[in-house]
Amino acid sequence: MSIWQYANPVKFLTLSARVQPYLWASAAAAILVGLTWGFFGTPDDFRQGSTVKIIYLHVPSALMAINAWFMMLVASLIWLIRRHHVSALTAKAAAPVGVVMTLIALVTGALWGQPMWGTWWAWDPRLTSFLILFLFYLGYIALWEAIEDPDTAADLTSVLCLVGSVFAVLSRYAVQFWNQGLHQGTSIPVATGGRTVADVFFYPLVLCMVGFGLLFLALVFYRTGTEIRLRRARALRARALKEL
Amino acid sequence: MIALLLRDLRLAFRAGGGFGLGLAFFLIVVTLVPFAVGPQSSLLGTIAPGILWLGALLACLLSLDRLLALDQEDGSLDLLLTAPLPLEAVVSLKALAHWLTTGLPLVLAAPFLGVLLNLPGPGYLWLCLSLALGTPALSVIGTFGAALTVGVKRGGLLLSLLVLPLYVPSLIFGAEVARRGAAGQPLETPLLMLAGITCGTIALMPFASAAVLRLGLR
Amino acid sequence: MPDLGKYAVEVLSAYGASLLLLALLVLVSLRRGRAARSALSEAEREGHRDA
Repeated sequence: MSIWQYANPVKFLTLSARVQPYLWASAAAAILVGLTWGFFGTPDDFRQGSTVKIIYLHVPSALMAINAWFMMLVASLIWLIRRHHVSALTAKAAAPVGVVMTLIALVTGALWGQPMWGTWWAWDPRLTSFLILFLFYLGYIALWEAIEDPDTAADLTSVLCLVGSVFAVLSRYAVQFWNQGLHQGTSIPVATGGRTVADVFFYPLVLCMVGFGLLFLALVFYRTGTEIRLRRARALRARALKEL
Repeated sequence: MIALLLRDLRLAFRAGGGFGLGLAFFLIVVTLVPFAVGPQSSLLGTIAPGILWLGALLACLLSLDRLLALDQEDGSLDLLLTAPLPLEAVVSLKALAHWLTTGLPLVLAAPFLGVLLNLPGPGYLWLCLSLALGTPALSVIGTFGAALTVGVKRGGLLLSLLVLPLYVPSLIFGAEVARRGAAGQPLETPLLMLAGITCGTIALMPFASAAVLRLGLR
Repeated sequence: MPDLGKYAVEVLSAYGASLLLLALLVLVSLRRGRAARSALSEAEREGHRDA
């Protein structure tokens, strides 16, 4: 039996029910411990002062914002190729989680940058790219809501996700070109995955990243279950109407 | 194929076809900018390339929702889907018609509007060149957006939300060409990027647009 | 509470906003999930009634 057995909605729901308690519990634990450790147990940075504590929110959320979109891309491809409804519904379920992660990344990024840059918002290439990603998420979600037929909605949003991904990458480079100014290798508040961060910050950061990842999984499992049930309820109602 | 193109062009030029609308909107936007930022010619001259690019982009956006929706309403879209012509060719022709009736007039009108915004001398050539190079991409990308929202009633706003983020790369490089041209700075990189984006989108977007139409109108 | 110095507002707002957004996300998801469950059981009941 391969992973494709979970394309069956019932099997998916069974798996989801078994797996979710562990996901929720470990996510809560990781996030709680990670944030507490980071907030209370780490020192201030020499240059950034206490704002370095924002790293424990900003990096994990930014990471999940990107990962969520990537997961939606894969799920969209699976839907277009193999027509598994569960796959399309996981993409639909993941989008709001991704958009919230993006929003958290934007807000924490702006707040982190404010003391360094002196303004509440600066068109830093990284933040700007996340703003564009935010717009892509909004468009994706809006398209799901606008199309009546669920299968057509799945089709159109999948193509949008594909095309959007290409343009998102393209935009990333365009934005970097557009504003090379602010961060020529100097103290960038956004660390790249923790490599450039000192050990004392690194471990709580990794824990928070793991926690956010587990939270994402828990939410996507739960929300996909919601979508499956809504779809089934809709189908049952349609069948009842036809028999009238 | 030519017949299809001529039909679209004729429809656009007829009364209610919206031909002059894009130009009028371009003019209005450019007129509003000094009211918004003040009349100092030095400021206007600095932002002129970007404002003109943005105005042209928004004017392109305006005429997109009529691109496919009208055909869908009167049933001719269904005919096109079953026609012997490949759907990719059909959407490419629609994009071409859109560019000829919207993008190209904007390119020609831009220098006149540049006068209003005190565009520096060397900027005129590069503004027109960058718009001429960039607006085809806007038409092709816009056709994709129109295909996505063809079945959505009053989908104009959704169309804007979907299409504007896709316009960002073209806008960045196009406006940069215009800006650098006006300032006399080297502009090979953005020019190449702009051309690359236009060529890439012209080649690839029709496949996505056709796929969307097939999926959406099944 | 550690001494956050002059950045107290920024740091606390960042934590507050993030936790609030996460909480909202989870709560909205849970509410929608419960509504879906009840909608499904109601649809299933009606299906059995008519059968």
